[in-house]
Amino acid sequence: MTTIAKPHVEQPVKETTGVKAESKAKPYVHPYLGGILLGLVLFSTFFLTGNGLGASGGMNRIIVWFEDMVASGHVDRTAYLTNMAGGTANPLDSWVVFVTIGLFFGGAFSGLVHHRTGKFETERGPHTPVKVRWVFAFIGGALMGFGARMARGCTSGQALSGGSVLSVGSWAFMFAVFGGGYALAYFVRKLWN
Amino acid sequence: MPPFPLPISELLGHNSQYIVYLIIGFAFGYVLEISAFANAPVLAAQFYLKDMTVLKVMFGAIVTAMVLIFLSTAVGLLDYSLVYVNPTYLWPGIIGGLIMGFGFILGGFCPGTSLVSAAVAKLDGVIFVLGVLFGIFAFGETVQYFEDFWYSSYLGRFTLPELFGVSTGWVVVGIVLMALFMFWGAEQLEHIFGHKDLSKEPKWRYGAAAVLLAGAFLVLILGQPSTEQKWSQMEETEAPRLANREVQISPAELLSTSYDDTLKLILLDIRSEADYNQFHLREAQHVTPEQLPELAVALHDEPANAIVVVMGNDEAAATEAWRTLRAEGTQNLYILEGGVNNWITTFADDDFKTTNSITGATDDSLAFTFPTALGAGYAFAAPNEKAAEGLNFTPKIQLELKRGPGGGGCG
Repeated sequence: MTTIAKPHVEQPVKETTGVKAESKAKPYVHPYLGGILLGLVLFSTFFLTGNGLGASGGMNRIIVWFEDMVASGHVDRTAYLTNMAGGTANPLDSWVVFVTIGLFFGGAFSGLVHHRTGKFETERGPHTPVKVRWVFAFIGGALMGFGARMARGCTSGQALSGGSVLSVGSWAFMFAVFGGGYALAYFVRKLWN
Repeated sequence: MPPFPLPISELLGHNSQYIVYLIIGFAFGYVLEISAFANAPVLAAQFYLKDMTVLKVMFGAIVTAMVLIFLSTAVGLLDYSLVYVNPTYLWPGIIGGLIMGFGFILGGFCPGTSLVSAAVAKLDGVIFVLGVLFGIFAFGETVQYFEDFWYSSYLGRFTLPELFGVSTGWVVVGIVLMALFMFWGAEQLEHIFGHKDLSKEPKWRYGAAAVLLAGAFLVLILGQPSTEQKWSQMEETEAPRLANREVQISPAELLSTSYDDTLKLILLDIRSEADYNQFHLREAQHVTPEQLPELAVALHDEPANAIVVVMGNDEAAATEAWRTLRAEGTQNLYILEGGVNNWITTFADDDFKTTNSITGATDDSLAFTFPTALGAGYAFAAPNEKAAEGLNFTPKIQLELKRGPGGGGCG
């Protein structure tokens, strides 16, 4: 937390306050404003299309698309995969893939216009070596990916989307995510503090 | 019928609809980035109670969207039955959630935020994305070994108002109050653990909280539309279709449709169970009028080529059922013309008809007696395709545009 611009409301950027590496970086918006804006995006999505938001679903289909290219027969024989890419079905032919692609470019655009795009540096806790951070980033990512498919959705597709339309399973899921995070947080506190 | 959600794949074409999703995704990524979600230390600080950005943004988004969604459904702009509600698979969801919680604190992101982090060229984000892709790959390759668990504790489209047995309005008010309490608590924790000066927090957040709470109470006061209210909203366009007999299909059309392999036929018999046991069409399922609203929700999951036909002894009860299902958004919905009585008249042999017909049967009651209650055991419960030959009818079945979420589940 030492080198990070803390999120606060849009104010004139003070070049000297605590932001070392990215002196031109604009501050993040206030979390409540971010929440309201995210809520408006989420509402518009449901209102216009009937679908919610998603991210890991798109990544899933991109992975299956690669698998289908290199091992089509294997995909056709695996029940879970063949639902998405069996025979001539194109796993990329799904709305969630395009939300995921848009997500990437929206993030990239915002990073550029707010001067927050990095130079492939690694953000980490103040006492965490870079390589340790990489290892844990990969392990954490793998658990996230596996867990998201197990739960049929990630923070976007289950917690945000299902939560706002009052799905029981999505609320149970949401508390499980926070529960898992808090349960393990103490044991890995050196990673982040 | 409420105009939203839009049938965007029909409006724009299958491929062009994806432009809408690209724009939505773009806005999604933009908002995540400006909310600091590309920044792993900010996200992880949530779990050390120093910086509750994750909770504030997530719950802020959920309650904002929730209030707007249920205001839209309350005023008849949005059809909730066409909104995708994640089906509940309770235990896979909870175990998956716990695994994700572990991944969150170890890696510092969730899948969506790691993509944004990679998009702003943070190496830890890129590595996390690679990890996510590996985890997804590993799941796809191993799910066959625990498929029973993955499909277990399925509760379908199961919502909090159903769980608690209270109206949607109360749930919305309750969640908003809970969220406001959590925001207050989060600020106290940030003050204690993050040494944040709360006097510098903006005053507009009180106004925002008041607007949110007012919206929630408005949802409560307005209430969600009942089946009758939904019908009265669409009566202007739908009642003439009944009156002009556009939806009453003849037994001959029903029979020939049942032999059309490109269509999926769903037959709903809404008569009494006694009548149903005496005789019913083969493949017809018995439903009571009380089951219809719930059934309408299930029918949304049927493919676009599903044809639903309701039938009574005659047409009165079937027309009532048609109105209910229609109000709840069932598409490709028809009534068997003249009901089961007309079906028997059309397809039963003359011997049966002369011996068993009841003269002066009352309206909408069975006009035939049955020597034994064979159900679908009678030959005319499923006549041969040829039986429809020589019977003239005006085809009325036309497939409607499929609306609603495009094939569900994200992740």
